[in-house]
Amino acid sequence: MSGFGVPRDAYGEVLSELGETRKDLVVLDADLSSSTKTSSFGKKFPDRFFNIGIAEQNMIGIAAGLATTGKTVFASSFAMFAVGRVYDQIRQSVAYPKMNVKIVATHAGITVGEDGVSHQMIEDISLMCALPNMKVMVPSDTFETKKTIREISKEKGPTYVRLGRSKVPNVFENEDEIKLGKATTLMEGDDVTIMASGVMVSKSLEASQKLKSEGISAGVVNLSTLKPIDRQGIINSAKKTGCVVTAEEHNVYIGMGALVSSILSEEYPVPVLRCGIKDTFAQSGDYELLMQLYNLTSEEIYKLSKNVITMKR
Amino acid sequence: MKANESLDDLTINNLKKKANMIRKDIIEMIYSAKSGHPGGSLSSADIVTSLYFHIMNHDPKNPSWIERDRFILSKGHACPSLYAALAESGYFDVSELKNLRKPECLLQGHPCTKTPGIEISTGSLGQGLSISTGIALGLRLDGSSSRVFVLLGDGELQSGQVWEAMMAAPKFKLGNLTAIIDRNMLQIDGSTEKVMALEPLKEKLKAFNWQVYEIDGHNIREIIETINEGLKITDKPKIIIAHTIKGKGVSFMENNVSFHGKSPTDEEYKIAMKELEASS
Repeated sequence: MSGFGVPRDAYGEVLSELGETRKDLVVLDADLSSSTKTSSFGKKFPDRFFNIGIAEQNMIGIAAGLATTGKTVFASSFAMFAVGRVYDQIRQSVAYPKMNVKIVATHAGITVGEDGVSHQMIEDISLMCALPNMKVMVPSDTFETKKTIREISKEKGPTYVRLGRSKVPNVFENEDEIKLGKATTLMEGDDVTIMASGVMVSKSLEASQKLKSEGISAGVVNLSTLKPIDRQGIINSAKKTGCVVTAEEHNVYIGMGALVSSILSEEYPVPVLRCGIKDTFAQSGDYELLMQLYNLTSEEIYKLSKNVITMKR
Repeated sequence: MKANESLDDLTINNLKKKANMIRKDIIEMIYSAKSGHPGGSLSSADIVTSLYFHIMNHDPKNPSWIERDRFILSKGHACPSLYAALAESGYFDVSELKNLRKPECLLQGHPCTKTPGIEISTGSLGQGLSISTGIALGLRLDGSSSRVFVLLGDGELQSGQVWEAMMAAPKFKLGNLTAIIDRNMLQIDGSTEKVMALEPLKEKLKAFNWQVYEIDGHNIREIIETINEGLKITDKPKIIIAHTIKGKGVSFMENNVSFHGKSPTDEEYKIAMKELEASS
């Protein structure tokens, strides 16, 4: 693992690339195309790019309509607006009728930093995972983002992809090594399993290194596909170590950690501790500073890992 | 039919009979289901009949025929009207209508893609015009000559999303899109003008750059001639304010808001069917 990348840049690049061969690809945005990076597709394929203006409800409806004519539709905005503004439209016009619409949201979580709570979306995973028929993906770096966009462009059906704003450390070295749809072990471990998604994956790997220096063997699992979730993969990882820490940049009240906990409590109960935002709105501030203020750090994952080991029965 | 073809009386009379049959189906279905929305279904019956039995190119034996015209019922609660038109056209057996709103039935309480001939689910109001805008864009990208028709309720025009789409369709110059407003003046809580006034509606629509028409939504000749007139205009979307009567065809349901979402009693059912029989 070395270097950094900006996942939304990767999204824009891969869309433009796919547009060359995929004439069925249509892209929509709601006046944020320069930030979501769909603008590069728009410049290259102006006839297949529609800026709907600051009207996200209309954007989702138009996306659904386009999908009925056989198009593969990507619709983008900030997560706050692409999900929060339009839950009903996504439910009625996309998820229920299984439309081939890919909602790729950027600026999710608290990575928008200084913009504050109005733009910090920490509930999108709960909302999108609650929808039947919806696939939910949270890539961890630029390579996984590219792989995700490529894969979902080949599949029919509704998908939500969550991307942040900031640059993130590379978790992978190339796209080929990535296997989507599974709880993928990035680091083998015997004492504790850390399951993470999105920006928290690289922080989990850091925590694992620190634990290793103290003689604790912490496994790291990348949970980038949250729906359909790899139940068996989660259970197998928990069986191996007997305790789990989850890490997400999202409200823990109903997020990835809650999903993992529910699966384990049904099929293989082990202690689980969750790192995430503790059911509170955040505030304005520098992104890295906010991550520390809300305990979304490798240090927190490290501490929770040590705690959860003591809880093993 | 061709846009400039004149309508003979026989054609109009046959369509009137068809509309009456649709109305009888509506009452039968809602009576059988013991729930549903008769008022807005009956007000839309002549519009839906004109589209399905005269204007639209469609193939009931091949619902996904690529060259079909598309119809979106944005006011999804009026689906008994649409289901009856689909059944009477031959998308599925008429006997299916009596299963409306029952488990494992093709005909859900609001439209969904399980039903042959339904393009997309509707029912949460205010979304159909956006969907239709998307369909019209998609068809244009394909170079298709198919047309898109969408039926909106007047009450749902209070929804903000409708006006987002009202801005978008003329911006995209969607000449293949025709919207029709079932202007029956009533919504659940009473008069649209008392709940949240829509007037001056025609002026609003014109200001949004639509080609606007205003007609009697129960005059089949006027419905067809107006839609065909609009289809000649290819560089902007058309919208028709169709003045209708909620509950049209059943005396005690007409302009009676209590029949927005209520099934008739045994006695009311008998009277309603008798009245409709008499006018067939």
